[in-house]
Amino acid sequence: MSPTAPPGPDAQTAPVLLDRAGLQALVDALVARGFDVIGPTLRDGAIVYDRIADLAALPAGWTDRQEAGRYRLERRADAALFGYAVGPQSWKRFLHPPEETLWRARRQDDGFTITPEPPSPAPFAFLGVRACELHAIAIQDRVFLGGAHRDPGYTARRQGAFLVALNCGTAAGTCFCASMGTGPRAESGFDLALTELIDAARHDFLAVAGSEAGAALLAVLPTRPAGPEATAAAEAVLARTEAGMGRHLDTNGLKERLQANPEHPRWDEVAARCLACANCTLVCPTCFCTSVADHTDLAGTEATRVKRWDSCFTADFSFIHGGSVRASGKSRYRQWLTHKLAHWIDQFGSSGCVGCGRCIAWCPVGIDITAEAAAIRAMPGKAVGEGKGGNA
Amino acid sequence: MSAAPPAALADPMLPAPWRVRAVRRETADVVTLDLVPLASGVPCFAPGQFNMIYAYGVGEVPVSLSGDPADRSCFVHTVRAVGEVSAAIAGAAPGSVLGLRGPFGSAWPVDAAAGHDLLIVAGGLGLAPLRPAIYRVLARSERFGRIAVLYGGRGPAELLFRDELAVWGARADVTVAVTVDHADPSWHGHVGVVPALIGQIGFDPPNTVALLCGPEVMLRFTATALRAAGVAAERIHLSMERNMKCAIGLCGHCQFGPDFVCQDGPVLRYDRIAARLAVREI
Repeated sequence: MSPTAPPGPDAQTAPVLLDRAGLQALVDALVARGFDVIGPTLRDGAIVYDRIADLAALPAGWTDRQEAGRYRLERRADAALFGYAVGPQSWKRFLHPPEETLWRARRQDDGFTITPEPPSPAPFAFLGVRACELHAIAIQDRVFLGGAHRDPGYTARRQGAFLVALNCGTAAGTCFCASMGTGPRAESGFDLALTELIDAARHDFLAVAGSEAGAALLAVLPTRPAGPEATAAAEAVLARTEAGMGRHLDTNGLKERLQANPEHPRWDEVAARCLACANCTLVCPTCFCTSVADHTDLAGTEATRVKRWDSCFTADFSFIHGGSVRASGKSRYRQWLTHKLAHWIDQFGSSGCVGCGRCIAWCPVGIDITAEAAAIRAMPGKAVGEGKGGNA
Repeated sequence: MSAAPPAALADPMLPAPWRVRAVRRETADVVTLDLVPLASGVPCFAPGQFNMIYAYGVGEVPVSLSGDPADRSCFVHTVRAVGEVSAAIAGAAPGSVLGLRGPFGSAWPVDAAAGHDLLIVAGGLGLAPLRPAIYRVLARSERFGRIAVLYGGRGPAELLFRDELAVWGARADVTVAVTVDHADPSWHGHVGVVPALIGQIGFDPPNTVALLCGPEVMLRFTATALRAAGVAAERIHLSMERNMKCAIGLCGHCQFGPDFVCQDGPVLRYDRIAARLAVREI
């Protein structure tokens, strides 16, 4: 759906039901319309997003158990297709890919010419976008599309994307979207939203459209009306998921406490555990930092510039002549957490955290953003005038 | 003061080719380049702004504009060879081509300083980003109260723009004071750090605007000295330096607290950044 006109809940159509064959028909219809359909698949002991054409690729009957520093797949008692929380990847890797060639320069007798890299051809359709991930996409929309300069590659990929959201049927121990106001219900920003209804008697997907494109697609699928019983069952799924959240982050006053406490002793304490490995920034669905690398071929006739994900946890990230501004692990963790939960609000109008819990599960030493934030929040700091320092 | 938008760049990450028209050596490792565009006119820029300059196949770095904003014939950049990319740019021969994106960033509040005494305080290479402001101020100096340029360098051989400093110093409408950390036998001027010059010139602190550029430690001590002298924190403006890859607020490298130095800065107001300027490794 177009990121420029996100419809509210009002735009949603009356719910209908798709069975498993109907969901396959949805995938087929998206493929037929030229979309590169991406959905959950099993690989290397994790649920990862990859190209799919058949529902057989989905992780039927699998779920994930997640705790600090721990992610394991387990068998479910049923054959649910979306019976897990979130894997290590987010949709970021498709809309804001880990590596992207920006342009190529060709040397000439008189200088050089620079040609931008054409955008990737097929538009994406994402199957199974969780509420926290919809919020993460909306946050990256504000980063890449909302400022004075738009990211051309992100603009092209985002504008063509078709989003099939999924209301979560299970919460992991690392989940805290309910406390961030970002889930588990998909409320807006999708083309279609599904709720998986599975028990001994049925395996259906309650579907609503959130955009004209979604409604048009739904109209050609084999659906049947959803009665009040199905709607109530979908509400029960969301209530159960919300109650199953393993974690909670209290954001009340958190921004001010973080910005007032750059010398809090907790930063030293967490730095003693943090490996500065950058895992948290790579699995985070909103972390957007990149670097660029310049390459030439051996003859020096062609030079390319490649943009790559970067992380504020690397020593190189803040390097200026004379050394890195943030030389210590303490300063890098402080930068990440303070940016994510405080400065982000000054910069983009919302927290940079959506409560997906990936940084907790994929931290090799199990550092928990909710625990670190709570520790800083517990101690009042001296009031320091902060906020943007712009010259305007 | 808002910056002029970059000149019609559909893709803000795409450098445009600019030719090196002239090269002037300033010190052993600093040169000034005059650049002219191959395909377009020279855009407007505001004093304090910077460009991203690309050396073919080597890389791209931010460099402040150091020329006269009234001169629309070229962009002037003063570059010190400190790393691979800046060495390639500083070594560019006349006639060669560099890539350029910009101008980017916030500006010195020159026009807003009209009616006030004006202190322009530079350390080392920091005189280069301030020179466009000096040109603009001196072009209509009657708009200001007393005007002073305070400049400090490591030694006489590292001072930039010495001929121009002498020309400015000879004018009746501006006071120029230069100091060095380490003198040599040729030096007959001040020896010591820049903040020490503040007490040696006449100005009216409650009615003074100060523009500061130099190493971060020099900025901290100078701002502290100005505050102690009675200059209001909101009238002190500093140009900050951070790692930059994109210059358009998208790569995240230049963050300084909630600010992106590339677009909220590089010129920032001291009252808004004083607290974080005092914290190590922000």
